[in-house]
Amino acid sequence: MTPDAKFSRLMVFVNSLVPLTLLLWDAAHRRMGANPLEFATRTTGMLTLVFLLISLAVTPARKLTGWQWLGKHRRMLGLFAFFYGFLHLMTYVWFDKFFNLKAAALDILNRPFIAVGMAAFFIMVPLAITSTNKMVKRLGGKRWNRLHRIVYLSGALGALHYYMLVKADTRLPLTLAAVLGVLLGYRLFIKYIQPKPPARLLAPPR
Amino acid sequence: MVIKKPSDIKSSEITDKKVYLNRRLFMRGAALAGSALATGWLYRSLNAPPPPPRVNAKIENIVKPQPTFEVPAVNEKLTPLESITTYNNFYEFDTNKGGVASAAADFVTRPWSVSVEGLVNKPKTFDIDELIGLAPQEERIYRFRCVEGWSMVIPWDGFPLSKLLEAVEPQSSAKYVAFQTLYDPKRMPNQSSGILDWPYVEGLRMDEAMHPLVILATGIYGEVLPPQDGAPVRLVVPWKYGFKSIKSIVKIKLVGTEPPTTWNIAAPDEYGFYSNVNPQVNHPRWSQARERRIGEFGTRPTLMFNGYAEQVAHLYDGMDLKKYF
Repeated sequence: MTPDAKFSRLMVFVNSLVPLTLLLWDAAHRRMGANPLEFATRTTGMLTLVFLLISLAVTPARKLTGWQWLGKHRRMLGLFAFFYGFLHLMTYVWFDKFFNLKAAALDILNRPFIAVGMAAFFIMVPLAITSTNKMVKRLGGKRWNRLHRIVYLSGALGALHYYMLVKADTRLPLTLAAVLGVLLGYRLFIKYIQPKPPARLLAPPR
Repeated sequence: MVIKKPSDIKSSEITDKKVYLNRRLFMRGAALAGSALATGWLYRSLNAPPPPPRVNAKIENIVKPQPTFEVPAVNEKLTPLESITTYNNFYEFDTNKGGVASAAADFVTRPWSVSVEGLVNKPKTFDIDELIGLAPQEERIYRFRCVEGWSMVIPWDGFPLSKLLEAVEPQSSAKYVAFQTLYDPKRMPNQSSGILDWPYVEGLRMDEAMHPLVILATGIYGEVLPPQDGAPVRLVVPWKYGFKSIKSIVKIKLVGTEPPTTWNIAAPDEYGFYSNVNPQVNHPRWSQARERRIGEFGTRPTLMFNGYAEQVAHLYDGMDLKKYF
C-alpha cells in the first residue's frame, strides 16, 4: 500500500469514529437529554443507516467520477455500518432488556418493527464475516458479489424498521428509503439497461 | 541575472529533508484534524443535544391543597424541570422531542384568547389572564404517561377544568367537550407540513371533563408554563396517555356527539378516543405493560389508569376497554 492510500484510509477511519467519539463525550458529560437511552439508540440506529448508504454510494460515485481510489474505502465504510448496527442492537439488548432474552423475544412478537430491525442486522453478519481479502478469494469474485447483493435487502429492512417505528413524521425514513432506491436503481440501470460497449473497446463509456 | 552554481548555495539554505517530511506530516495532520472537525460539526448540527433551559417567570400565590380521595397525593420523586422542559412531544414545532424547546423558544403567548362556545348558556371568549383568574392556581402533582412508553412525575400549576365549564353553564344536551390548539403556521412552523391534520384537536366525555383530576395547567414547578410544554394554557388528564392533554388551547366547544381527535384521525387502529392508560391493551406496535420513568435506568410496570383507577374506573363501568381503547 502506498503512503497516500494508507493516509486516505486513516482519514476515513478517523472520520467514521467522530460520531461515536462525540456520542461517548455526550454520555460522559450527561448531555444526552432526558432520555439518554433513547438518544443513544436513535443516534446509533441513524448512523447505521447513514454508513450503509455511504458504503452503497461508493461504487456509483466511483463509476460516475472515474475516481477508482474511492473503491478502496467501501469495505471499511460497510464495516462501520455493521459496527454502528451492533452498537444499536446493544443499546437495546443490553441497556433496554439487560440481556433478558425472554423479554426480548416477547418484544419481537409484540413489536414487529424490532423483528424487522433484527433481520436487517443479522443479514449484515455474513457480509461482515466475508469482508476479508481471504474470504473474497475463497468465495471467488462472482459468488462474493452475488452474496453481497443482499446488503440492499438489509438496507431496505433497516429503512422499513425506521418507518414502522415513527408515529406520524415519516419524512426521514422515506428519504433514506428513497436514497437507497436511487442507489439500487443506478446499479440495476448499469447492469441491465445501459448499453455495454463492445468488449474490446477499452475506453469507458461517454 | 545571477545564476548561482550549486556550490554557491549555502547548505543552510537548502530545506532539510527532516523539515520537508515534517511539513508533509503537518499538512496531513491538518487535513485529518480539519476533516474530523467538519464531520463533528455535521454530526452536531444534525444531532444536537437539547439547549440549557430558560428561566421562566414565577407564578404568585399558588395554593397547595390537602390531598383528597378524588385528588390523591403522589409521593414519587419529581421529574427535574430540565427534563420536563427539554423532552417534549409538540409536533407543531418539531417531531424530535429534544428539538421542541429551541423551536418553540420564541413562541409569543400574549395576547391570547380562548373561546368557550357550543352548547352553553353563556358562551364567552376569555382573555388568557381573565381565564387564569377564574380560580386560584393550585399545585397538582401528577404522573404523566406518554403513549410511547415513557413517564414523568410533574408538579403542574393550574385549576380544575370544571370551574371554567361551570362558568359558561353547559346545557343538558352537551355530552362532550372538544378542544382545539392554535392554528398559525407562521408561529408553529411544522403546521405547514402534512404530518398531522392541523389544527390539533382533542376531546373528552362530559363526565370525564368534569372530574376533579382534570385541570387546565398554566405552570410547572411554580413557573409560568414554557412554550414547549403548551403555553399559555393546556389540558392535563393524568389517567390518559399524554397526547390527550392538548396544548396551547384556543377553543373549547361543548358538543352533543363524540368529537374527532387528531391521533385517531391519523391512525384509528392505534389511538382511540378514550386512550386511557391501560397496561392490558397493547399499542399495535409496542407493549404498554411497562414504562421508563424519565431519570431511571430500568423500566417499571404501568399502572391501570396510570394509578388513578380508584378515582376514575367508575367512569367506564360496563365498558369493554379493549374495544373502547
